[in-house]
Amino acid sequence: MSDEPRASEQKGRQARRQFLGRVGAAAAALALAPGVRLIDLAIARPANEPASSAQRWGMLIDTGKCASGCDACVRACNDEHGLEARHGPATDAQWIRKVTVRDRQSGASTSLPLMCQHCKHPPCVDVCPTGASFRRADGVVLVDKHTCIGCRYCMMACPYKARSFIHEQLDNQKSYAPRGKGTVESCTLCVHRIDEGRGRIPACAEACNGEGRRAMLFGDMSDPQSDISKELARNSGVQLRADLKLDLGIRYRGID
Amino acid sequence: MKSIPHRILEGRSTGYYGLIAGLAALVLAGLWAAYYMESNGHHVTGMNNQIVWGMPHVFAVFLIVAASGALNVASVASVFNRPLYNPMARLSGLLAIALLMGGLAVLVLDLGRPDRLIVAMTHYNFKSIFAWNIFLYTGFVAIVIVYLWMQMERRMNGFVKPAGYLAFVWRLVLTTGTGSIFGFLVARQAYDAALMGPLFVTMSFSFGTAAFILFLLSLCRWAGCPLGHEVMERLRRLQGIFVIVVLYMVVVFHLSKLYITEQHGIESFILLDGGAVTLIFWLGQIVIGSLIPLAILYSPYTRHSRPWTAVGAVLISVGGLAQIYVIIIAAQAYPLEIFPGKIVVESSFFDGAIVGYQPGMPEVMLGVGGVALALLIVTLAMKILPFVPETLADVRDSPETESVDAPPATESAA
Repeated sequence: MSDEPRASEQKGRQARRQFLGRVGAAAAALALAPGVRLIDLAIARPANEPASSAQRWGMLIDTGKCASGCDACVRACNDEHGLEARHGPATDAQWIRKVTVRDRQSGASTSLPLMCQHCKHPPCVDVCPTGASFRRADGVVLVDKHTCIGCRYCMMACPYKARSFIHEQLDNQKSYAPRGKGTVESCTLCVHRIDEGRGRIPACAEACNGEGRRAMLFGDMSDPQSDISKELARNSGVQLRADLKLDLGIRYRGID
Repeated sequence: MKSIPHRILEGRSTGYYGLIAGLAALVLAGLWAAYYMESNGHHVTGMNNQIVWGMPHVFAVFLIVAASGALNVASVASVFNRPLYNPMARLSGLLAIALLMGGLAVLVLDLGRPDRLIVAMTHYNFKSIFAWNIFLYTGFVAIVIVYLWMQMERRMNGFVKPAGYLAFVWRLVLTTGTGSIFGFLVARQAYDAALMGPLFVTMSFSFGTAAFILFLLSLCRWAGCPLGHEVMERLRRLQGIFVIVVLYMVVVFHLSKLYITEQHGIESFILLDGGAVTLIFWLGQIVIGSLIPLAILYSPYTRHSRPWTAVGAVLISVGGLAQIYVIIIAAQAYPLEIFPGKIVVESSFFDGAIVGYQPGMPEVMLGVGGVALALLIVTLAMKILPFVPETLADVRDSPETESVDAPPATESAA
């Protein structure tokens, strides 16, 4: 038997293997690509990357659309974060509350939700002795539950009474909203939803939309193409206690 | 002036052990109160999410302010070269450290997480005046300990003066820092005033001197240390001046607030229609804490009487607590101005409304425990180290006696 037919047979096998390999790779690529693409879409910012100052999360609240009897945003926040009524409104945690105000001059009444205003220059962060109160680069003001010593100085400093001290033992907490007796907490702007990066909005705004009111517009105030930026460009709204020049992440319309 | 030797307190009498036992019981009661608050959560106190600082802070701030003022006597001796005060400098330093320890203990035990004290010692935000105060307090204790060492160790006596200067400057910064904890809170109508720092400095002079007078009168009575007329006369005069200075600062503070229209609401709340707060201000701070003590300290019928001087010092301390109560509680009870130009008609969290405060028993027990801890430290320390001067009797050849009023013929000894 000559060597030639053996060599041609080997070449044929190699070509077949290469072909099968390429087909397999193409099939695998076709099968995995959508999944990879989905993961890419789901994680706007990988978990190991810090929040970026390229974004500034904020909210525009149109009090003209906010109904005085409606507290859907408050109930949604309580459900989302496991906030329960315990010993009365004086000591219960209230991350967001409904307030009705009347203008001294015109007598016009306005109803609005009030929560942490996510200041650019937050007094709570300035006064916190341990640095537990902090502001993320994307504008969300949070409390590090591991280093909060419960001194309540941030509550003394906050111009909006936006913070709550945990007055009792808690159980059945949500894994994404850790809380603890003896520490201070406040609205996180549903940072666990934001960080998912799937375009989810805070629970309060979602509930408001669910009621068909759409009074709470959440978005990236640094992105000129975002709905909130376009609305703010049209009418910048007001900041509560603007005289303090804290540059708030929450803006209101209808309480000028 | 000839240097006066010091001795340790013998401390073998039934009275001494009784005092130790009584103070220890109060300290234990304070510790139990802290445990009760921490294990149940702060809902068992009178504090809430509006009044976040209550009676423990009133006691703690009073003790801390009085602590730096208790160092006055030592400062007058070392910094202002008044040898008459030299024999009392050690007592002054000891009382200062003890009062500060008592105040800090209350402050720490009222934290939401006192078990995280180590976090407060290892994580610092240097923009926070609170963080600065942690250094100011621990530094004060360290500096006064060194100051006491310089006084007690004969070969180190040459350094008493520089140590005294350092302690004096430090205590001024410390009290300014304590006042600034409140003064830097721009959002609160009752605070937001640079005057808070200097106001606290003058308060410390007054409360600290009152605490020292009470301490000295008690010690000399129980330990049998002769106490001359000159010493008491000097302290009485100092005390009177300090009460007047605090009154002056309080008047300027409120007048400056009254000049600003937007502050009329909080001023009206404190001065006119604040219920308990107004009563505590006028009756506690002004009448009991200032006017009656001034009458006692300057009236020809009472000014040379030691029991009356002691009564005056007690009233000044009570008035001091009242003053700090008004500063801390009124500012929180009065609503924040979140919506200028608008009236809040409905809120689930008392926006626009004045919130009442009823101190809980554990809060008061913790505060009293802090006072007891300070006194216990003093009582025990005097038995261990030579703090007690052999005598504080008048020295006739001292040139300083010339400027002092002649003692009355019949002087009652406390």
